[in-house]
Amino acid sequence: MVLIFIDQSERKIKKTSFEAITYGVKLAAQLNTTAAGLVLGQTDDDLSSLGKYGLTKIQQVDDAALNDMDAQVYTTVIAEAFRNAGADTLVMSANLTGKAIAPRLSVRLKAGLVTGAVSLPDTGNGFVVKKAVFSGKAFAHVAVQTPQRIVTVSPNAIRAESGSGEAQVEKITVAVPAAKVKVESRDVLKGEVSLADAEIVVSGGRGLKGPENWGMIEELAKLLHGATACSRPVADAHWRPHHEHVGQTGGAIAPNLYIAVGISGAIQHLAGVNRSKTIVVINKDPEAPFFKAADYGIVGDAFEVMPKIIEAVKKLKQ
Amino acid sequence: MKILVCISKTPDTTAKIAFTDNNRKFAADGVQWIINPYDEWYALVRAIEFKEKDPATVLHLVTVGAADAEPIIRKALALGGDEAIRINTDSHDAYTIASQIAAVAKEGGYDLVLTGKETIDFNGASIGGMVAELLELPYLSLATKVDIEGGAVRVIREIEGGEETDSTSLPVVISCQKGVAEQRIPNMKGIMGARSKPLKVVEPVAVDSLTSIEKFELPPAKAGVKLVPADQPEELVRLLHEEAKVF
Repeated sequence: MVLIFIDQSERKIKKTSFEAITYGVKLAAQLNTTAAGLVLGQTDDDLSSLGKYGLTKIQQVDDAALNDMDAQVYTTVIAEAFRNAGADTLVMSANLTGKAIAPRLSVRLKAGLVTGAVSLPDTGNGFVVKKAVFSGKAFAHVAVQTPQRIVTVSPNAIRAESGSGEAQVEKITVAVPAAKVKVESRDVLKGEVSLADAEIVVSGGRGLKGPENWGMIEELAKLLHGATACSRPVADAHWRPHHEHVGQTGGAIAPNLYIAVGISGAIQHLAGVNRSKTIVVINKDPEAPFFKAADYGIVGDAFEVMPKIIEAVKKLKQ
Repeated sequence: MKILVCISKTPDTTAKIAFTDNNRKFAADGVQWIINPYDEWYALVRAIEFKEKDPATVLHLVTVGAADAEPIIRKALALGGDEAIRINTDSHDAYTIASQIAAVAKEGGYDLVLTGKETIDFNGASIGGMVAELLELPYLSLATKVDIEGGAVRVIREIEGGEETDSTSLPVVISCQKGVAEQRIPNMKGIMGARSKPLKVVEPVAVDSLTSIEKFELPPAKAGVKLVPADQPEELVRLLHEEAKVF
């Protein structure tokens, strides 16, 4: 049985969890078994509506003590639910919550862990999962040797597939231990598309000359319902906040479309974005290494090109 | 305070990634090795700052690897730290590595275990969480700021869609990323001093791996860039809409 951990952020279920549900439901079908979802804490969402992603059953530990995500507490609760359900496979997103709890669960359950799966496992002979390694420059096929296993799903690697259906929601009771970590404050971006969730990312580099010129980056991102990002020098110069930095030492993203404006494309930057499905590069310098990794490009001045792109997108969206 | 910093050896960020032995092994020939940047720039430097503030701090570095990992751990010692421990085994999967580190950590009775947020080769982001679970300690992942005052720990960490400020008390395991500290360059005094610092070699504990890598694969080569003239940006928008179908 496949148990899918459904992550929440501020009592809302986010896109990365829809992707994990799709992955888990498909995996269960592949293994000729059933899938169930697991939600911890209270929620503002209608859980039964998650049936549209193919889930028929969801368990919820409806306990306010789980509204804060504490890695140790979540590990105890998820491990208990996993054992009680008689599950052998645990699926969750490789988002930041997944990174905090999956390694702990692997130890607790003695279950082999593959982080950041990019496709469904090969279950023809064993259980082999493909994941990106070497910062997106290669893939590894990882065999899980244990009877129990945990797979975390790389954001944007699997498209959430929805149809119709309603899930049956069952409230379960699991003893919740006291947390050793106290959450003092939390600052979550509201109403904006988070960089990890975004299907389209518009990113700016040093070529934009200063933070005052980010208006066109933000405008294009907004028009495309995407997020904004930046290169390392831009974050280091504090033109943009740290969490927007993508690259080897920043975040790694894999959107459907990555538009790089005024970024030369050093190998360290590419390491954070090379799994984007389509890459567009706009740069004045025809020798910019980024063009070699791009699908589409314009050799030109961003200050002339970007306003025209924005106009063309506006026209298209009318 | 007694600190243990986990150090991993990784190929340089600019290393060419290729495989041998029927795509089962990383082609290490001619590859320049470095300290995993997250371990070095953030976890190690922050630990050094703690020691500079309170010289009574004991700072140990640990790595899991064969003798060829020694130049890397010496390089780390050149930045700072009192001694290094090399656990003499080739690393297998994250679980075996974490089990080795946890055994050393338990033995040494450390108050604080620091790791980088992930290694740049396997990108598993798993060691910190696994070590914490093996030691039954709290784990604060993806820290961007770490403050410790008289045993009280205060950390700002990245969470889904934002950040969180957490407090707890030692002992604790923390994974570090950008913001925790600033990269340092080792000076000549540090490099000379590192040579005489103790490097202990300990034998591994017996542990079975939970996963294994069957093979590697390189991504398909890009078809090449399609350039659109700078005076026709609307053509780019058309291609993205009609050909790439990304919006």
